[in-house]
Amino acid sequence: MTAAETALLLARAQFAFTVSFHFLFPSFSIGLASFLAVLEGLWLKTGKDHYLDLFRYWLKIFALAFAMGVVSGIVMSYQFGTNWSVYSDRAGPIVGPLMAYEVLTAFFLEAGFLGVMLFGMQKVGRGLHFAATCMVALGTFISAFWILSVNSWMQTPVGFATNAVGQFVPAHGWLEIIFNPSFPYRLVHTVIAAYLTTALAVGGVGAWHLLHGRKTAQVRTMFSMAMWMAALVAPVQILAGDEHGLNTLAHQPAKVMAMEGHFRSHPHGAPLILFGLPDSAAETVRYAIEIPKLSSLILKHDPNAPLAGLETIPKRDRPPVAIVFWSFRIMVGIGFAMLGLGLLSLLARVRGRLYDWPWLHRLALVMGPSGFVAVIAGWVTTEVGRQPWVIYGVMRTSEAVSPIATPGVTGSLMAFVIVYFAVFAAGTLYILKLMAHAPKPQESDPARAPIRSAGITPAPAQASGAGVAEEHR
Amino acid sequence: MDLTVVWAAIIAFAVAAYVVLDGFDLGIGILFPAFRVGGERDSAMNAIAPVWDGNETWLVLGGGGLMAAFPLAYAIILPALYTPLIAMLLGLVFRGVAFEFRWRDPSHRAGWDAGFCAGSVIATFAQGITLGALLQGISVKGRAYAGGWWDWLTPFSLLTGFSLLAGYALLGAGFLIWRTEGRVHRDARRLARFLAPAMLVSLGLVSLYTPFLEGQYWHRWFVWPGLLVTVPMPLLVAGAALMLWRAIARGHDAAPFVWTLAIFGLALAGLAVSIWPDVIPGRVTIWQAASPPVSQAFMLVGASILVPVILGYTAWAYWVFRGKVSDGGYH
Repeated sequence: MTAAETALLLARAQFAFTVSFHFLFPSFSIGLASFLAVLEGLWLKTGKDHYLDLFRYWLKIFALAFAMGVVSGIVMSYQFGTNWSVYSDRAGPIVGPLMAYEVLTAFFLEAGFLGVMLFGMQKVGRGLHFAATCMVALGTFISAFWILSVNSWMQTPVGFATNAVGQFVPAHGWLEIIFNPSFPYRLVHTVIAAYLTTALAVGGVGAWHLLHGRKTAQVRTMFSMAMWMAALVAPVQILAGDEHGLNTLAHQPAKVMAMEGHFRSHPHGAPLILFGLPDSAAETVRYAIEIPKLSSLILKHDPNAPLAGLETIPKRDRPPVAIVFWSFRIMVGIGFAMLGLGLLSLLARVRGRLYDWPWLHRLALVMGPSGFVAVIAGWVTTEVGRQPWVIYGVMRTSEAVSPIATPGVTGSLMAFVIVYFAVFAAGTLYILKLMAHAPKPQESDPARAPIRSAGITPAPAQASGAGVAEEHR
Repeated sequence: MDLTVVWAAIIAFAVAAYVVLDGFDLGIGILFPAFRVGGERDSAMNAIAPVWDGNETWLVLGGGGLMAAFPLAYAIILPALYTPLIAMLLGLVFRGVAFEFRWRDPSHRAGWDAGFCAGSVIATFAQGITLGALLQGISVKGRAYAGGWWDWLTPFSLLTGFSLLAGYALLGAGFLIWRTEGRVHRDARRLARFLAPAMLVSLGLVSLYTPFLEGQYWHRWFVWPGLLVTVPMPLLVAGAALMLWRAIARGHDAAPFVWTLAIFGLALAGLAVSIWPDVIPGRVTIWQAASPPVSQAFMLVGASILVPVILGYTAWAYWVFRGKVSDGGYH
């Protein structure tokens, strides 16, 4: 491997690492922000205190997840320049404005109202506080809109021309670029994924407390809301994913070929490979378990429709098959497991056993973190499936990299790995600690709420904290 | 008016807003070890807890706006300043999570306090080095950075690094004098008596050094019409410094912060005088680095509506959290 190839590989590893880490937090905070807005809205409408308890409980977790999302997101906004400067120069006139709109419409909205949401309950009154919560939730959604527009344009680039210095510039206005062919599918699929990820996490926490015999109104409400979400939204997600797949087949056929493991073309109907070991060198999937004609049926809605394989794509333009093949199966598998959990919860509801069926609770607990795995697997599928292109069919990843020396990018990769694991492991631990305590009725009582307002810090911890910290020094 | 000039002004505004707003956040982090464990540190942190996130967003607008409006500058500057920028980002990671983490786990609070301070110091020092490295010149070939791995590290960039540490620390102290009471207020005032001279001396050293870095700066400052700036600027700084010193000595609340802001404003204006109309001093002008007009115009529509709106609700958020804080939080 040449020095340039090593630097490219390290730059890719660094981007993959930082963006995957970052992606976990928005996936959680998009869903949680909406959940919080719904909880506060229900509390204002019904006056029932257990909604406020739940709001305060999940607000603490949201604050941690949001802080980690912000700091890892700032890293992302500079990674384009540090590691992918040629990309930034050439694609800047198109993707730059879209990302600038994300900052202007989403980040400032979230950041501006977050302080009021976290600390301002006693300062601004209920109505304004609810408005602040809604603004934060809206901000997370607008952020998803813009960044997915950017990402989708890189997957299905349209509406651009190349200028004299090699930059991509808009050719017929911005709407065509923003609403590029894969954007609506990607937006719907990703936002639903964020909602499901949050629902499963909330459901897992509810299940944990139900399994420990804490069947309070708060615990029952959060478990029930989470299971409704899984039951109603998981099937929608499977449909949305199917539509997204058809769109990908139309615009990025090589990605679908890699997802399906189709090295050879199938002129008379392609089988669906359930499992197997893709071997790119031999251009075959070893030990494949197949269902005849099913791939054609799913992708073309016709069992005998011909499907082309990777053999029709020049070798240098093919994505790495094994990674895409497996990450796709992990995502789909988890999606169907979510559907199963949702259906089971409906069955339990019908039988009146939603809160006392330990096997359902065990399953919900095990599946608590599964949304995060599915989100990362889906991300890997779409991003690795795009390779070797950074802008599909237009600019190769190898052409996009900064003129950076190997020692620098090695050192920074190591620094990112060490810092991220230390910081985000601590954050995850704190989130799990918060989740291990069931929401308490006291959490709603303003008189007993911590002085640092809005329930950010449990009062006893704050009172004893100084002493403990002093001992530590 | 020229779109490119408008965008240069918007990005300069974003950077200035960042320096001033996150400057006092970072300054409080730099000064953190000077405050006693317990209530004093809690109030120092409570003073910025509701606003730090919004303050930091100006950095994202500065970086993102640069990529959108001046992609060539973004593509040259970021690889050239790779190491200090990565250090800054990692520093900001520690600083940002410490706001939440230190309250979550009292048994490790000392560790997160140390992370809060170290992250703030590293981020500030890296920003100062970035400024110095940019001023001393970046080597460019074609449309890419052509210099070496350690070009950014010079005595001058270290000087700007230390200078920014002193400046942010003074901003932080000024903010605490304004927004806190009791022991932390008194400690901040005592710190400001040391920090104000430190900032002024280091600002003076940077100002004296800069004209000798490049012929352009010398020309800009000491040849007509540059003299229009050269003569009044030191006088204005001296006047602001005097007012700052009186404000600290006489126990005014908000005035020390306001006069520190004035000195920062003058320093930033001086910077603009030095490098205008370049975005990479001596190498690339704003017009050479500019995005096509279709990109700049598209963003300007949004920015001209949204920046005032953002300033409006940011001001509202500051208004909500007005007044003195104590270790007990907001009352």
